[in-house]
Amino acid sequence: MSVPIERPPRKDPQAATRPAELPPLNRSRSALGMTAWAARGIFALQVCDACGRVAYPPRDACSGCLSTSLRFQPVEGGATVIAETTIRTSTDLYFRERMPWRVGMVRLDSGASIVTHLHGDVAVPGPVRMVAKLDKGGNAVVIALPAEDSDNMADDLQFRELTASPKFRRVLVTDGRSAVGQAVAARLAGAGAVSVFVGIAEPWKPFAGQSELAAMANVETMELDLTDTASVTELAGEIGGKTDIIVNTADHVRPGGLVGQDALATAHQAFEVNVFGLQRLAMAFGPGMRARGGDGTNSAAAFVDILPIHAFANLPEFGFHSASCAARHSLLQCLRAELRPGGVRVMSVFTGPVDDDWRQHVPPPKVAPSQIASAVLTALNEGIEESFVGDVAQDVMARFLADPKVLERELSQ
Amino acid sequence: MTQPPQPTGADLLQGLAAGLASGTVEIVDLTHALSPDFPVMVLPPEFGQCQPFRMEEVSRYDGRGPGWYWNTITMSEHAGTHFDAPAHWISGRNLPQGTVDAVPLDKLVGPAIVLDFSAESAADEDFLLTRDGLEAWEAANGAIEEGAWVLFRTDWSKHLGSARYLNLKEDGAHSPGPAADAMEFLVKERGICGFGTETIGTDAGQGGHLSPPYPAHFILHGHGRYGLQCLTGLDRLPARGAVLFAAPLKIRNGSGSPLRVFAMVPGKPAGL
Amino acid sequence: MTQRGNPRRPYRDVAVAVPVSIPYVRYSQDTAHWWIARALKTLTERAGITPADLDGLSVSSFSLGPDTAVGLTQHLGLTPRWLDAIPMGGASAVVALRRAARAVEAGDASIVACVGADANQVDSFRKLLSSFSRFSQDASYPYGYGGPNGSFALLTDHYMRSYGVTRQDFGRICVAQRDNALTYPQAIMRKPLTLEAYMAARPIADPIHLFDCVMPCAGAEAFLVTTADIAEDLGLEQARLLSTIERHNAFPDDAIQMRGGWAMDVDELYAMAGLRPDDIDVVETYDDYPVIVMMQFEDLGFCKKGEGAEFVRSHDLTNCGSFPHNTSGGQLSAGQAGAAGGYLGLVEGLRQVTGQSLSKPVEGARTALVSGFGMINYDRGLCSGAAILQGAAT
Repeated sequence: MSVPIERPPRKDPQAATRPAELPPLNRSRSALGMTAWAARGIFALQVCDACGRVAYPPRDACSGCLSTSLRFQPVEGGATVIAETTIRTSTDLYFRERMPWRVGMVRLDSGASIVTHLHGDVAVPGPVRMVAKLDKGGNAVVIALPAEDSDNMADDLQFRELTASPKFRRVLVTDGRSAVGQAVAARLAGAGAVSVFVGIAEPWKPFAGQSELAAMANVETMELDLTDTASVTELAGEIGGKTDIIVNTADHVRPGGLVGQDALATAHQAFEVNVFGLQRLAMAFGPGMRARGGDGTNSAAAFVDILPIHAFANLPEFGFHSASCAARHSLLQCLRAELRPGGVRVMSVFTGPVDDDWRQHVPPPKVAPSQIASAVLTALNEGIEESFVGDVAQDVMARFLADPKVLERELSQ
Repeated sequence: MTQPPQPTGADLLQGLAAGLASGTVEIVDLTHALSPDFPVMVLPPEFGQCQPFRMEEVSRYDGRGPGWYWNTITMSEHAGTHFDAPAHWISGRNLPQGTVDAVPLDKLVGPAIVLDFSAESAADEDFLLTRDGLEAWEAANGAIEEGAWVLFRTDWSKHLGSARYLNLKEDGAHSPGPAADAMEFLVKERGICGFGTETIGTDAGQGGHLSPPYPAHFILHGHGRYGLQCLTGLDRLPARGAVLFAAPLKIRNGSGSPLRVFAMVPGKPAGL
Repeated sequence: MTQRGNPRRPYRDVAVAVPVSIPYVRYSQDTAHWWIARALKTLTERAGITPADLDGLSVSSFSLGPDTAVGLTQHLGLTPRWLDAIPMGGASAVVALRRAARAVEAGDASIVACVGADANQVDSFRKLLSSFSRFSQDASYPYGYGGPNGSFALLTDHYMRSYGVTRQDFGRICVAQRDNALTYPQAIMRKPLTLEAYMAARPIADPIHLFDCVMPCAGAEAFLVTTADIAEDLGLEQARLLSTIERHNAFPDDAIQMRGGWAMDVDELYAMAGLRPDDIDVVETYDDYPVIVMMQFEDLGFCKKGEGAEFVRSHDLTNCGSFPHNTSGGQLSAGQAGAAGGYLGLVEGLRQVTGQSLSKPVEGARTALVSGFGMINYDRGLCSGAAILQGAAT
């Protein structure tokens, strides 16, 4: 079993906050294929189309038959660890700060030898489960886990580096007026977050779930209106220095397209919340989070954004809303690059249609707020950069990857 | 007995200027600051919404503009302390001069009558000002003159900053306002120029359930009269004797506008 | 598989001469060009020739960039008709020798200078690692960034588990080499090492501890390859080249490295020389870590696979011992000057069999086996090579 981490003491005001160091960043283009899969929580390696050989490290030609048709695909994580070391000295600044570091050599059941991070509960030699995750620099790495889950295994420090666990962290959920925001707040408060700050816009307007939210343990409501720069800036002034995780649950949804709807004012509001709201959060909280990405057990860890899958392809019934989500998706890519130097992850949780007033006419399956809350927690606990919640989100993504143009036509029929 | 000569316009203006300079005429601000957290009218979400005041910094003596500070502001025509033109309501849609750019200037300055119903409003959040109430007021304070701006004092502006200002409940907002017979009386029998309130609108919070719905909006604007809402400082005005200044922005075809509303009132006694 | 192609021809009258070791320093501001120039100057002076007489040049260096061997010719004013660059790290000297020997034999060149040299400025080791290989970049360094220590720690751990080897067994190798180094005036490590001190050293990457690791430094090593006739005319002490082997990426399907390419080619090494392991007087292995030394004892036929530890326990590896090995202290005690580390053993072996030893001479040493090993591309060393040199009969 792993030793449970302890709740960090209050910060020593005389101690400097050291900026985050990152593990080695350079990767070949082939290796980035592994990163793309790991970003979605999947352990994938190149497999040779010609001879079926599993290739590792990532390469450009098969070492079994010289075929250049190598494709990343999910592979089984079963493996045997055959050697281990504990590295105690390194010239790399990131690892120097984290010594000692346990590394192993595993032999994958499918035949490749892999140098890997070793979870502390792995016994050598013995069976392990290989998983791929993103390191703090945003690149895929593999870690060997015990074949069976062990006690407190998420608290293993090497494992925790690959996640953004809410345990002992302080979370801001941006929209407590919505069922999704309330579900996320409740889930994260129950997952060990020490504080969950929940933003409430226009507090003079009562909302459903208000009293339940007020009664949640470790949850504190704060005034926050993502359409108001001053409001976001003020809240960042108050809690920006101790916000470790932001979960942006805000989403302004209205049906409507472009022609014959005269919905420009409504579209404007959708962009104010979905696009500029995200920008305001990033402007106000980004610098503080980026400076605290290496700040110990409760370092700043993640910016999670929940957005509809139609960020990838326009759903004409929700035409301008889809457009705002596409812009949001693009901004998240930008934010990911901007927060990476601080070791802060940007996670996108793409959802199918949420079961709410605005999607009354959308046929099922729809996504319940509790499903989204679970996906957010999983993304944080597993370090997943892109999650897809619900059958519709997974289906749309699969179709997008197959052919975006076909998807466009399908969504418009 | 010969009448003293009528003062000329020049005399009046000179006297006003002197009064302002000496303090015998004072100016009372009836306007809330425009700020992002100022509440706006709440409508069902499927309708178009009232955009609250927003301000984005363009530069502040920095790289975006080293020597100057300025902002871009956006808002609804009906945000903050604001003016409603007749075209705001369907009943006034076909009236001439119904938009803010066309309002005759002489309507923007005029005598103010202040009806103090603050005690009644404190006792009843749904207090309705009725024709009976107006007649009782006139019996005590004299008749409301034609062309006056009638300001409905409820002290509701003192609730600003708390949920009580809009006072939203599951069945909607609860705040005082005029009944339809009161509006009929003021507009048709007294010929007022406009009607001003301290609440978020000229109508009561539950005014949508009256007949006609939103009688202040319907009757005022249907007769080419004007509305002012989100006023403050009415408690500093006399029941009569103040002169109101309420000039909206000259927005082409605009339905209303945020504005600075103030009143001139008798100040300290002359010679002091 | 049956042997195809031509049988290997023996080397005809290839002479190896003029062993040059430029004394190492831990850190130096001087460049690889500087170190190579010093080695070549010493080499030509001691050979009694001018730089213009060098019509062949073989260079190995990690720190020559952005220059190449070509750029070096202009930099140093050389005009060779045969030029080689061997980027094989610890296998560089053996491979350079193989190439140069055939060039001389064929008449493509008459006097070839083989040189291995590297600079070592503060932080240059870290920079070298960061751009060493694509597989390392993608699949090794992101895992704790232990560099070669991390990779060899895994090999060592696995080897120890597989054969019941202990740290003491590796310690014997390191302690014997330090004893040898104390007789070699140019060794970087000058203090005696006891087995107790070896065992008590701080861990670097378990099971590798401080004295299992080489000390990166700057320096240069060089030798000449020419014909026996020319060497004789110049009055040089020479060794004859009897045989060589070379192999890359041997046993790619081994889950982890337990043997090097020597195991594929060892029979040919001895057959070509007409010798047996017993006939070797001096052994110079590549010793970036002691586990690799033990593997070489096995793979080069001095004992069976898995018996390396017992071999070490039952032999005295010092210059006066029953199995003189790494007689100038090896890299573990003399220091590792980058690519020059691949030259250290060959140059030392050459000195031992030509009576020019700077360290304590091995009595009656006439035949030396020199092996090389290099390039941890990902998880294992890919290049291996070996050569047998023989001095004149005494």
